[in-house]
Formats: sequence, structure tokens, C-alpha cells
Amino acid sequence: MKTILRRYPRVVLGGTLLTILVALSLLAPWIAPYDPIKLNVAQRLRPPSALHWFGTDAYGRDVLTRTLWGGQISLLIAVSVACLSTVIGTLVGLVAGYFRAMDTVVMRIMDGLMAIPGILLAVAMLSLSKASVQTVILAITIPEIPRVVRLVRAVVLSIREQTFVQGAVSAGTRTWAILLKHILPNALTPIIVQATYIAASAVLIEAYLGFLGVGTPPEVPSWGNIIAEGRNFIMLAIWSVLFPGLFLGTMVLSINILGDGVRDMLDPRIAKRL
Amino acid sequence: MLGFLIRRVLMTIPVMLVVAIVVFLLLHLSPGDPAAIIAGDNATTEDIARIRTSLGLDKPLLTQFGLWIFALLQGDFGVSVFNKVSVWVLITQRMEPTIALALVTMSFAVLIAVPIGVLAAWKAGTWVDHVTMGIAVLAFSAPVFLIGYGLVYEFARTLRWLPVQGYTPYAQGFTGFWQHLVLPAITLGLVFAALLARMTRSTMLDVLNEDYIRTARAKGLAPAAVLVRHALKNAAVPIVTTIGLGIALLIGGVVVTESVFAIPGIGRLTIEAVTQRDYPVIQGVILIASCVYVLINLGIDVAYAFLDPRIRY
Repeated sequence: MKTILRRYPRVVLGGTLLTILVALSLLAPWIAPYDPIKLNVAQRLRPPSALHWFGTDAYGRDVLTRTLWGGQISLLIAVSVACLSTVIGTLVGLVAGYFRAMDTVVMRIMDGLMAIPGILLAVAMLSLSKASVQTVILAITIPEIPRVVRLVRAVVLSIREQTFVQGAVSAGTRTWAILLKHILPNALTPIIVQATYIAASAVLIEAYLGFLGVGTPPEVPSWGNIIAEGRNFIMLAIWSVLFPGLFLGTMVLSINILGDGVRDMLDPRIAKRL
Repeated sequence: MLGFLIRRVLMTIPVMLVVAIVVFLLLHLSPGDPAAIIAGDNATTEDIARIRTSLGLDKPLLTQFGLWIFALLQGDFGVSVFNKVSVWVLITQRMEPTIALALVTMSFAVLIAVPIGVLAAWKAGTWVDHVTMGIAVLAFSAPVFLIGYGLVYEFARTLRWLPVQGYTPYAQGFTGFWQHLVLPAITLGLVFAALLARMTRSTMLDVLNEDYIRTARAKGLAPAAVLVRHALKNAAVPIVTTIGLGIALLIGGVVVTESVFAIPGIGRLTIEAVTQRDYPVIQGVILIASCVYVLINLGIDVAYAFLDPRIRY
């Protein structure tokens, strides 16, 4: 244990912070002191106190309770976006890198998608559909896919001509088996590292979308829409933005630190330089 | 050289075409009747029918796309559904604050990020490296609005040095223009600088491992001269290229920052368009933002082909 801490301090630091935040969010139904949805106008905009540690919002709801519940949505979005975009991106990247005929077409499409600023694309998609957690996940996932595709394609291009792949081809191995058993394992390290960074950016973008008013529906408390509601009262009640904002920042930070640590752990060659 | 130039310019065409197709299809792939979505929840059947004809949504899909692209090529971005003004006019009216914010942010970010990145790479593995890169991770994990509201709270509300929100056009005097831009530019600049500093550091590390750096050191050149004349000069191309690719992130950040500081730029226009379901305006903003990104990166690539004879694809 001591050696892990010494060799990979960032994995331990990021992992611990993240575990605490995940535990707090998942335990919200049991540890949160109030109801996250029920309005209590008599208690509106109360500053932090012994009864309400993080104060109350404009509808008298406890900010601590809503922040803990909001963590669940942020987590759900982070995990879904990271999984969806890496799985889709990996499949497309494998195909683009391995089959020359597909490469040009697929990569031009990816270049086009990358040229559209991600937040604008997500905002446009959400402006056309009814707000729901699923549409938010989809809107954050699509702009992230091209980055994974480029990464996987680059790895495939660099190893497809190597002798072990050529050997598998001459031995008559099926193409899908070559892609999944011989090429994919070599791309896994960068994909995993990329997935953590995508998770961190998904948490942040969910909050930005909520802040801009196109995020999850109001009946689902997420860090994005808690902050979006709080910003109208920011000069009266900074706590309704500050505390969920700090949770949000800490979660993004912990995932980023963990990502750096995992990168160093899985790829010691880069670790020495970075 | 001419061949490279022509090929590089031609490469932007498929990219912009994909952007146009995505923007066009978004409206048509979304579940439900696009005309009804744009008309909103309280629209009558006549409203929906009127929007359908005015946007040409009653024609076959390919015809719609053809007409739309043809109009785009002539600079016609359509007309706003909400206030019946040309989208191009709406966007150009709101361009100044956005361009000003983006330029000031970019300059601020580059000015602090490049020296920090170079320093961190030079002192790699020491406490200087750990502290600066630790701050960088902290800064780019921080939500833009948290930094923004923090700065507003301190400098505008408590100290009263600067205005809280809003924007003054440059034409109305430099002082007001500048005062309104300082806090938003620092807010977004910190996040962007953190990203750039990390990229600068890893690029510099690659260059510092090169043989010619060892040679330069071995011949007794002062460390500062090695760093600036040999290392930074060679790292400049990848650094500027990553700055160019980071413009998409910068544009996204500008949208959020404008919202924090109530700056009436393109970002606010987009959000207004979203609440009014004014799809032609959203389409126009995305097309122009993507076009800016593509053109800046074209400019960077072409500039480097002129400056660095090794780059000729």
C-alpha cells in the first residue's frame, strides 16, 4: 500500500477524492437531510446554518440535499458519455484505420464534426428536443466521438503493418479477430486514459448546458440546473451557486488527477517524460 | 508550394460540407415535426403551416438541402423566425463583443501559458514543474462560472474596482470597453491558459530530448539561449498548431463566459435563439463559428509552410 502511494500519488489522490464524491452522491437518498424537490417557500434563500449547512435556494430547498442528489446525475452522465463515446469511437477508429477505402471518408466526416465547437453542437441538438437526461447524454457524446476515432485510428495505422499483424493475416485469421484480439489490446491504454478525460469534460459540459438553460429538466436536480437556478439570485445567495460549483469542480479535478495518474501507471515511457 | 497551397485550401471544402450537412440534418433527424418544434408549444396549426412554408420544409429533403446550400454560397443565411431579420445582420450586429473577448482572452492566455509551459518543461520533475502543473490541472478543472462569479464578487461587488456585468462598445471609449472586458477575459483566459501551458510543456519536453539540444548545451551555449533560440523555435510549430485546434474550445468557453457576464455577443444571441426556438439563427451561428475555426487553422498551416521549409505535405 505504501509503495502504491509512493509510486502513484496521483492515482491515490484522485481516486480517494472521487470515491468520496461518488459515495456521497450514491448515498444521497439516505444521508441527505431534506427532500430534494419539495418546495418550502417559508425557508427561501436562507444562508448556511446548522439546519441548512449549504443554505437554501430560492424555493426554500436545501442546497446540500440537492447538491448530493445532483451528483448522481453528473455521475450517470459522466459514465454514460465516457462509455458511449469510447465504444463508438473505438469501433469507427478501428474500421477507419484498418480499411484504407473507409479511411478518407470517415476522417473527413470526423474533421467536419471536430470543426463544430462541442458546446454549440450540443446546444443546437438540445434546442430541438425535449429536455431529458438521455438527450443530454447524447448531445455531449457526439462531439466527443471524433477525438476517440482519431486516437484509435492513429494507433491502428502504426501497428497494422507490424509483423505480428501481418503474421495473423497470412495465417488466415478473420479480420474481426485481428481487429479485436491483435490490434485493440494495443490501443487500450490510450483509450482508457482518454475515457477518463472525457468523463471529466462530460461533468463540466453537463453543468455548462444546465447553466445555459438547455440541460436536464428542472425536476431532475443536476449540478448544472442547480447552478442555473441559483445564478438568478447570485448577489443575494452566493451559496446556492458556490457549493454545487465546488462539488462540480472537485469532481472534475479528481477525475483529471486520476486520469493523469492512470496514464503514468499504464504507460511508464510517457510517465518519465510527462 | 503552390500545389500545397491549392491542396490545403481544397481540403477545407469537404470539412465545411460535412459541417453544413450536420447542421442541416440536425433539424430533420430530431424527433417530431421540425416546423412544430420551431413554432413552440402554444402554436396554432396556421403558425406551424406558415413556418413550414417560410422555411421550405414542405419540399423534398434533397431539394431543401440544395436550395439551402445554394443560398449559403451566396451569403444568404436565411431569416430569423422570431424577429424576421436576416440572420447575417443579427450575427454581425453581435460580433464585436465576441471577437473582442476572444482576442483579449487568447492574448492573455498565450502570454502567461507559453512562459509557464516552457519553464515547467525546463525544470521538469522539480518543485517548479509540480507546482505550476498542479495549478494548471486545478485551473482547467474549475467551472468557468465559478471563477467568473468569484471574480465578480471580489473585484466588482466588494472592492468596486470594475463594473459587474455588461459591455461597452469600443466606439464609446476605450476605458469602458476595457473595464468591461478585464474580468471575463481573465476568467476564460485562466482556463484556456492552463490547457495551453500543459500542451506547451509536453511539446517542449519532446524538443528538449532532441540531439541538437544536447549539442547546443555541449558547445557551452547559455541555458537561456538554448531554451529560446533552439528549443522554443522548434517547438513553436506544434504549440501554435495546438492553439489553433484549441479555438473550438475557446469558442465554447466564450458562449458560457458571455452568459456569466451578460455580454451581448454571439453566445448570448445563441442562447436567445435557443429559448425562442429560432433555428435559422442557431444554424447560422454554428456555420460561422465552424468556418472561423477552419479558416484560422488554414491560415496557421499556410503560414507555417511559408516559414518552415520542412513542412510541405
